[in-house]
Amino acid sequence: MDFKDTPEQAKFRKTCREWLENNAALKDASPSESTFANKDIIKEAKAWQKKKYDAGWAMLHWPKEYGGIGASPIERIIWGNEESKFDVPKGIFEIGLGMCGPVMMQYASDEQKERYLPPMAEGKEIWCQLFSEPSAGSDVAGLRSKAVQDGDKWIINGQKVWTSGAHFSDFGILVVRHDPNLEKHKGLTFFFVDMKSPGIEVKPIKQITGGSSFNEVYFTDVEIPDSQRLGEIGDGWKVAITTLMNERLAVGDADGCDVEDAFKWAKTQDSLGEPLLNNKAVRESIADWYCEANGLKNTKLRTMSALSKGDTPGPEASITKIVSAGKLQDIGNFGIDSMDMTGMLKSDNSDIKRFQNAWLGAPGLRIAGGTDEILRNIIAERVLGLPQDPRADKGVAYKDIPSGNS
Amino acid sequence: MNLDFSDDQKFLQEEAKKFLEKEQSVNRNRSVLEHDENIDIDLWNKIVGLGWTGIRIPEEYDGLGLGHLELCVIAEELGRYLAPVPFSSSVYLFTEAIINYADDSIKKEMLPKLVSGEIVGTLAVAEELKAPSAENINLTFSEGKINGTKIAVPDAEIATHAIVVAKTDSGASLQLVDLSANGVNIEKQENIDESRGYFSITFKDVESKLIGDNSTGWELYEYIINQAAVLFGYEQIGGSQAALDMAISYAKERYAFGRQIGSFQAIKHKLADMYIALTLAKSNCYYAAWALSTNSSDLPSASATARVSATKAYQLCSKENIQTHGGNGFTWEYDCHMYYRRSKLLSLNIGSLSNWREKLVTSLEQSNIN
Repeated sequence: MDFKDTPEQAKFRKTCREWLENNAALKDASPSESTFANKDIIKEAKAWQKKKYDAGWAMLHWPKEYGGIGASPIERIIWGNEESKFDVPKGIFEIGLGMCGPVMMQYASDEQKERYLPPMAEGKEIWCQLFSEPSAGSDVAGLRSKAVQDGDKWIINGQKVWTSGAHFSDFGILVVRHDPNLEKHKGLTFFFVDMKSPGIEVKPIKQITGGSSFNEVYFTDVEIPDSQRLGEIGDGWKVAITTLMNERLAVGDADGCDVEDAFKWAKTQDSLGEPLLNNKAVRESIADWYCEANGLKNTKLRTMSALSKGDTPGPEASITKIVSAGKLQDIGNFGIDSMDMTGMLKSDNSDIKRFQNAWLGAPGLRIAGGTDEILRNIIAERVLGLPQDPRADKGVAYKDIPSGNS
Repeated sequence: MNLDFSDDQKFLQEEAKKFLEKEQSVNRNRSVLEHDENIDIDLWNKIVGLGWTGIRIPEEYDGLGLGHLELCVIAEELGRYLAPVPFSSSVYLFTEAIINYADDSIKKEMLPKLVSGEIVGTLAVAEELKAPSAENINLTFSEGKINGTKIAVPDAEIATHAIVVAKTDSGASLQLVDLSANGVNIEKQENIDESRGYFSITFKDVESKLIGDNSTGWELYEYIINQAAVLFGYEQIGGSQAALDMAISYAKERYAFGRQIGSFQAIKHKLADMYIALTLAKSNCYYAAWALSTNSSDLPSASATARVSATKAYQLCSKENIQTHGGNGFTWEYDCHMYYRRSKLLSLNIGSLSNWREKLVTSLEQSNIN
């Protein structure tokens, strides 16, 4: 056992590091807000993405012809490791590059890949993912937006929801129902769509946090050429699953505050005349959060070890989001409660802000990219091999499935 | 980056698994539980024969001269198969204390016999029905002799020797005692996992040998249990995995309301939570194994992290395994209770969950890394 890079990995890390040092600023030792928080984040993110693209770092695991350098999985992790130490704009390209890119890579024609992948990697064109609908969340295959074939094009009608970044996206990947007479998983077909197409209307949704990072997207007689279909007619679910698998990897850890913040806060915060850290209940909570945080960190190291040897990692990483989102919520809650009856007050203190933002934002993380409940089902069925629930929608035409809306 | 065991270590683990499976270790545990003695001597002798008691003992003392990582993979299998033997007392605690702190003449005398099984050791600390501490040790050492009583000493029926934590004029010390000496009186104490034995030992003017120095014995004891916590952690994750596997297979074969109970989300989510707790514990044990094998300055926090998460994982997995089995899980006939008992025994042997949580936070305060 060791934590050393191989000589090749060390050399690669040094190259990453040197480029980053010449092109970005290291994060402060004490984490404060990103310097990009109050700027035009899209402009800043595009500029950073372009810089990375020109140097080959944007999608380093992609083949050269699409702007990558054909990096191995472990090199991609090393790059991510190093980049995370720098203060760079985040939160704009993750869905496009993490979910739409792999689907285009797998299912688009060579001409389409040449046309769409390089601008995606370069950050010139932003992509979003149009899956969830008002009546199809965890049960996303229950979606009802309609696609009707008309010669060499399709006419789309319906509504998508929770679409992150739709308001600034140029393209989207879309799954819709082409035949409600088939069983629900069999009647789906997958496309990519120009978000500037006539008939698409994007309406931001205000979230618990007060921000609006996701949207409702309405489709009214939107035309999509058949050439923008990904996979065969009726293969929409299969293609969507590829995307969702990538989503779980893309979502991963919950950013925000962690046990270090709780520990530091408890050391300095006064409670009835002594440091809060002297409180037995607080100490037990901190011990448990430390075990969870390190359990995730060490799980990641095990995954990296497998990749480093060229092996396929085990299913351990499936626990990441469920553990980190719950921990984030608990730590935010702890920080707010520690101020007793003044905990509701907004403050300029960056620690208090972080605890309050964590507490307000964590409910979203427990839902996005697979709810806690769906993730437990996935662990139980795919990792532990337990049987699926008997389902009321198996072997039934989509149009005959009870929906509560009839 | 290589947070994994080597191929040789994995091979050793596979061999250990095959051996304990073939020897029907779990059935042996039941048999010990149902009879008077608290050990399976035959299994213990076979384990000694395989050389496992000498894994960490240098070759010059007839041991295998291997490292802590080899001990970790063996511990995981002993935990998985509930082996009713004094391995933790004799190997993780006693032998490690001798290797760390005894002088050469004691090593020369004892280590080869720990390999051959002539000597079996244990560690005696507690004196009252509460957590032992540097302050509440009353057994005294003076003029080469110890006087006092220890309770809840594991495996003392087979142990030939013990390391005893004693009070001295200048603090605490570790004392090596021959349990066949005059003035030693060992009595069995009934406990809630009779597959392993607990004993009280009274020492009346018993000669002892100092291990380490005369004042810092409590710090030495703390270091020994910091090391042992990693190995106990491996036994605990082995047991957790066995309890989870048992629950999974029952959830697949048992039908209720016309379907496998494993198809109900109430059961699925329970088992997913067991898997999550086990995965966190396992990853923390890997890191702690690295810290142990390299004698890293991270050991106190790493071992406490492994210990806390492994204790939580085994307690969760063993109790929810019973719950998944319903009424059958509560019967003597099903094996569920043996994991439940063992999870409690292992979680208390070197101190309770709440004490290890406290040790963890204290180590964070001391390292001041945060």
